[in-house]
Amino acid sequence: MEEKIIIAGFGGQGVLSLGQFIAYAAIADGKEVTWLPSYGPEMRGGTSNCSVVVCDKEVASPIVARPDCLIAMNKPSLYKFVNNVKEGGTVIVNSSLIPDKVERTDVKAVYIDAQELALQAGNARTANIVVLGAYVKLSGLFQKELVAEMIKNKFANKPKVIPANLKALDLGFEAAGK
Amino acid sequence: MKVLMKGNEAVAEAAVRGGCRAFFGYPITPQNEIPEYLSRRLPEVGGCFIQAESEVSAINMVYGAAAAGARAMTSSSSPGISLKQEGISYICGAELPCVIVNMVRGGPGLGGIQPAQSDYFQTVKGGGHGDYHMLVYAPNTVQEAVNIMYDAFDKADAYRMPVMILGDGMIGQIMEAVELPPIKDPANFPKKDWATDGTGVGKDRRIVNSLYIEPDVLEEVNHRLFARYDELKKNETRYEEFMCDDAEIVLVAYGTVARIAKSAVSELRAKGIKAGLIRPITLYPFPSEAINAIAAKDCVKSFITTELSMGQMIEDVKLAVNGLKPVDFYGRTGGNVMTPEDLVNYVLNKEDK
Repeated sequence: MEEKIIIAGFGGQGVLSLGQFIAYAAIADGKEVTWLPSYGPEMRGGTSNCSVVVCDKEVASPIVARPDCLIAMNKPSLYKFVNNVKEGGTVIVNSSLIPDKVERTDVKAVYIDAQELALQAGNARTANIVVLGAYVKLSGLFQKELVAEMIKNKFANKPKVIPANLKALDLGFEAAGK
Repeated sequence: MKVLMKGNEAVAEAAVRGGCRAFFGYPITPQNEIPEYLSRRLPEVGGCFIQAESEVSAINMVYGAAAAGARAMTSSSSPGISLKQEGISYICGAELPCVIVNMVRGGPGLGGIQPAQSDYFQTVKGGGHGDYHMLVYAPNTVQEAVNIMYDAFDKADAYRMPVMILGDGMIGQIMEAVELPPIKDPANFPKKDWATDGTGVGKDRRIVNSLYIEPDVLEEVNHRLFARYDELKKNETRYEEFMCDDAEIVLVAYGTVARIAKSAVSELRAKGIKAGLIRPITLYPFPSEAINAIAAKDCVKSFITTELSMGQMIEDVKLAVNGLKPVDFYGRTGGNVMTPEDLVNYVLNKEDK
């Protein structure tokens, strides 16, 4: 198997860390992975993206031109990458910030109200984890429990934020299943 | 146990585990995680970290520390490496071991901050003045960068010359799973009977210098250095072949570009085109003999060198192929990176003609 993902949004939306959670889960699951960020002169509010490749053998190219899955956290990111998604691929749209529908009919578009669900989870900053939950459900790559472990490890020194993040993961997972 | 690490941080940790106890540098994107990491890590092992006031000063601190026998390194990116060239030439002239990391970005001038391979000439053909070379590695994964960095000081000590690790913005910024080797015990490092560490007195007075006013003496130094480069060629040349056995079209690429080329080779094979890849791991010494041997094979029709530059390594590929087969070029610049699909299309278009 080989799964190529592009995750894009505003700087500050947790786009890079969303990709890192997928990478951590991939390693814990015994797979090979590359996580490559765009590292232009980005700042909070600018655009930011990362490419993640998960593979059961060594990853050759870490550059992703034709992703299996696009996670678009804001409108410019959706339009920048949507036409590159493979036929039959998946586009996860953060519908809190993107009112538009995906025009392509040869990809599966899933709309997640990440901001609203993050507030329900109890922390507005968990919108990226909501979307991570949706990705875990849609990709079927990893067990949700494994990703929950990664979240607990990552926030081991900030235990206060763990419950909201785990709740966000659950809410995103459920939302994608609807 | 494998851990997920960013290339820059993994190289920094591997340096410490390989014996680095002195780092001197000046910040520049895209390698800042190396000094950032070492500023915290080196004091933990009794090492020394100094952020110098400039790249020129940093490389001369490396010169001084290496002369005193320390395992010293610096890291930078293209414009910063240009500033270090005088110091590198002096270090080579003084026959001192050290490690230099260059996470290459686009140029010339300040250029950009995105990945490039346009420092190939500077790295393997000199850069500074005088007849000298360095042992130059171009890792293509974070794990390979770790393994090379881990042994870099041993190589530098063995040959008394700088080792340069030539990465690019991608190898610095990418995160991959790595297995970190155990920390080396400095007690086992070879004794440096030439180091100016205060132990040589009287008849055994030790001097580190790169000034040789007498022509015959300097010529002897030049020949001594080049005898060492011959040893390098014999013992340290490294490369990887991928699907070259029956290949008709052979790609040549180094560093992260070689990974993109590897994906392209697999895609071409799936389309029934017999492609292969040769990846120099050492850029100096260059694997000329291996490339020449492939060029001599009947099945091989042509070579394609692919680089993030306007074409630099291609000159060494052509020298190695020595006219046996045509050598074409595909490159991207400015910080743009080709995709495997770009390479596949380039090969398919060429086949159609």
